[in-house]
Amino acid sequence: MYKAFLIKYAEIGIKGKNRYIFENALRDRIKHSLDSVEGEFHVSKEQGRIYVEALTDYDFDEAVEAMKRVFGIAQICPVKIIDEFAWENLTKEVGDFVDKVYPDKNFSFKVEAKRGDKSYPYTSPEICVEMGAYLLDRFPEMKVDVKTPDVRINIEVRHKAYVYSEIIHGLGGMPVGCNGKAMLLLSGGIDSPVAGYMVAKRGVTIEATYFHAPPYTSERAKQKVVDLAKIVSRYTGPIKLNVINFTDIQLYIYEQCPHDELTIIMRRYMMKIAETIAKENNCLGLITGESIGQVASQTMQSLNATNAVCTMPVYRPLIAFDKQDIVTIAERIDTYETSVLPFEDCCTIFVAKHPVTKPSLKAIEHSEYKLQEKIDELVQTALETREVIMCE
Amino acid sequence: MEAYLDNAATTKPFHEVCDIMLKTMKEDYGNPSSMHLKGVEAENYIKKAKEIIAASLKVEPKEIIFTSGGTESNNTALIGVALANKRSGNHIITTKIEHASVHNPVIFLEDMGFRVTYLDVDENGKVDQEQLLDSICDDTILVSIMYVNNEMGAVQDVEAISKAIKDKKKDILFHVDAIQAYGKYKIRPKKQGIDLLSVSGHKIHGPKGIGFLYIKDKVKIKPIIYGGEQQKGMRSGTENVPGIAGMGKAAELIYKDHEKKVAHLYELKERLVAGLQQIEGVTVNGIGLGIENTAPHVVSASFADIRSEVLLHALEERDVYVSSGSACSSNHPALSGTLQAIGVKKQLLDSTLRFSFSVETTEEEIDYALVMLNELLPMLRRFTRH
Repeated sequence: MYKAFLIKYAEIGIKGKNRYIFENALRDRIKHSLDSVEGEFHVSKEQGRIYVEALTDYDFDEAVEAMKRVFGIAQICPVKIIDEFAWENLTKEVGDFVDKVYPDKNFSFKVEAKRGDKSYPYTSPEICVEMGAYLLDRFPEMKVDVKTPDVRINIEVRHKAYVYSEIIHGLGGMPVGCNGKAMLLLSGGIDSPVAGYMVAKRGVTIEATYFHAPPYTSERAKQKVVDLAKIVSRYTGPIKLNVINFTDIQLYIYEQCPHDELTIIMRRYMMKIAETIAKENNCLGLITGESIGQVASQTMQSLNATNAVCTMPVYRPLIAFDKQDIVTIAERIDTYETSVLPFEDCCTIFVAKHPVTKPSLKAIEHSEYKLQEKIDELVQTALETREVIMCE
Repeated sequence: MEAYLDNAATTKPFHEVCDIMLKTMKEDYGNPSSMHLKGVEAENYIKKAKEIIAASLKVEPKEIIFTSGGTESNNTALIGVALANKRSGNHIITTKIEHASVHNPVIFLEDMGFRVTYLDVDENGKVDQEQLLDSICDDTILVSIMYVNNEMGAVQDVEAISKAIKDKKKDILFHVDAIQAYGKYKIRPKKQGIDLLSVSGHKIHGPKGIGFLYIKDKVKIKPIIYGGEQQKGMRSGTENVPGIAGMGKAAELIYKDHEKKVAHLYELKERLVAGLQQIEGVTVNGIGLGIENTAPHVVSASFADIRSEVLLHALEERDVYVSSGSACSSNHPALSGTLQAIGVKKQLLDSTLRFSFSVETTEEEIDYALVMLNELLPMLRRFTRH
C-alpha cells in the first residue's frame, strides 16, 4: 500500500554548512542500494528530509531490507503522500490512512504535525488538535493519549502532505563516501570484515588488501576472502580488493629470522605493503581487525612493534572488543558463516609454536636487518604482481 | 601438460556416454512410466542398461535397481537390510576402513538400536578374518565390507570372506561396496557369495548422480525412498534415464578388452610407485603384499615434513591433480580413519596424498607428475610447520 518512504537521517542533521555533502552522499547510497531491488524509484532530498518514491510496483520488504543496509539512515518511515491537501481532503485522507493501517481501532494515539509550508491556514498545534478531533469523531473506539500513545500519527505539510505512523530503524552512522577512504587488511578470519564494516559505518569508503600464500594457502581461501568482501560491500558499496602474493616474502622471513618473531615481522611487512597500496590509491588510513591480547601478535607490545612501520593512522575499531562481541556483529552482518569456513590463511600457517608475546622493537628491527639483501626486491615484485578484484 | 590423477574421485565421461545422454535428453525424453510410445522408448534405455550391467556381473537384470549413486546404493543396502531383517537380529559387522557412505548409515543404525562391530585391518588394509568369525553371533544379520578401499587401494578377498561367514551362519547377508572395484575387477556376485553390491556411475567414466545396487533375488530389503512405486517400489522416483543410459554405456565400454585395460593400470601403478620410491622421504602405503595384490588404480603415498594440502595445491599450480589422503585443516582436524587403521604414522597422516588413474591415463602423465614432485618437494621443504 505504501508508495513512498520518508528517510530520516542520523547525525548528519547536526552538520553545519557542509550538510549538503552528507545529504548528497546519503541520497546516492540509497539510490545505489535500491538498484538491486526490482522496480523503479525516485530518490530526492528536500528540507532536511530524503524521500524515496516508488514509480512502479515493487516489493516492500525487499526495498526496506536494502535501505536497512545503508549507513546514515536513522529511520525509514513508510509514508502516504497526499497531493491535494486542502483541510477537508487532508482530514479524509488521514482518516482513510488510519482506517487502512489499523483495522482494529482499540488503541490510543496522538497526532504530531509539522508545517513546512508556512502559508498553510493551520499552524502545527492547530493541525494536531483539529486532526485529533476529526479522528475521534470518525473512529469513536480510539482514545487520545498525548504522553504514551500506542500510535503516533505524523503529518507533515510541505509542498505536498505526508502521513506516516510506522518507524523502521536504520543502521545509523554516516553515508559511505563522505569521510574519505581507508585500506582494510582483510584476512579470511572473523575480525577483519567486522572492522571494515565498523569503519565504513563512519562514512569511510573501504578498499582492501589480502595476502595470499600459494600453495600454502589455497584458491578456496582466496575465494573466501572475495566472498567476505562481497558481503561487506552490501553495506559499504563496491570494494576494490588487492590480492598480494606473499609466499616468497614469508619464506624469506622464515629462512632468515628467528621463528618466534615470524608473525610480527610478517605483519610488519603486511602493513608496509598495505600502506604503499593505500597511498597509491589516496587512502587516508589503514584498518585492521586487531584486538588487544587476542593472540600473541596482538599483545600491546606486539601491536607497538607492528605499528612502528606505519606512517599512516591505523584504525583498529575492535581494539577493546571481546571475541564474543565481535562474533555477535559478524553474525548480524552475515560474515560469520563465511569466516569460519576451514581454509587456512597465511596468518595461521606461518606461525611458530611459541611466538614471542612481548617483542622488543629493537630486537625485531635487528632481526629484520638480516633481510636487507633481498626484501625490497621481493616487496616490489609482490606489489607489481598484485591482482585486483572488484567485489560488489 | 596436464596430469589428472584423481580418478578415484571421479573420471572423465567417455565420449559415447555423453553422446547417448545427449540423445536421451534431446530426442528420447519421455517418462519411462508413460504408456505411450515416448515412454516406451525411454524405458528401452533402462532395459538395455540393465541387461548390460547384469551381463557384466553374470546376474539377472531384475536384480539391479538404479539409484542416485554409490552413496544411495550403500544407504539402501545397509538401512534396507537392517529394517527388513530386524526380527532376525540386530547385529551388524563392518570394518574401520569403510567409506562414509557405509560408515555413517551404520552410525545411524547404531542410534536406532542396532549393535555394530567394527573390524580391524592390518597394515595392508586386509580384514582380520579371525576377528570377523569371532564376532559373528546369533544376532548377526549383515556383514558389510568394501571390495577396494578408496584411500589406499587395499583389496579384500570377498569370496573367502563370504564363504567363511556363511559357513558359520548361513543366513547372514553379505553387502559389498564395490564402488572402487567395479570396472577394475570381474565381479561375480553369485560365485563370490555376494548378496548386495553397490556401484557408482562416475567412477567408470559414466555420469555423476547415477549408480546401482545389485540385490540378489529373494533377498528382502526395505526401500528408503517412497513414492510412485517405480522399480517395483524398491526405489521410487522417475528414473534418471540419461544417467542410466550413460552408465550402461560406460559399463559396456569399461569391460571391453578388460584384461588389457587392467594391465595398463598396473603398468602405470608400477611406474608411479617405482618413481616415488626413488624420492627421499616418501613412503608408499599398503603395498606390503605386492602391487599386484592391490587395486590397479590407487596409490597412497606419505611425504615427510610436508602438509598434504600444500603439496596438493603446489601440484595443482602445475596442472597435476591429486587428492589429499586425508581431509584435514588446522581448524577441523579430521584425520583419515583408514590411514590410521593401517597404521600410518601420526606425523604422516596429514602428509599423505592419493594418486589415482583411469584407463585413459598415460605414462607421460605419470612421468610428468614425478618430475613435478621431484622439483617441488625440496622447495616446499624449505618451510615445515613445527
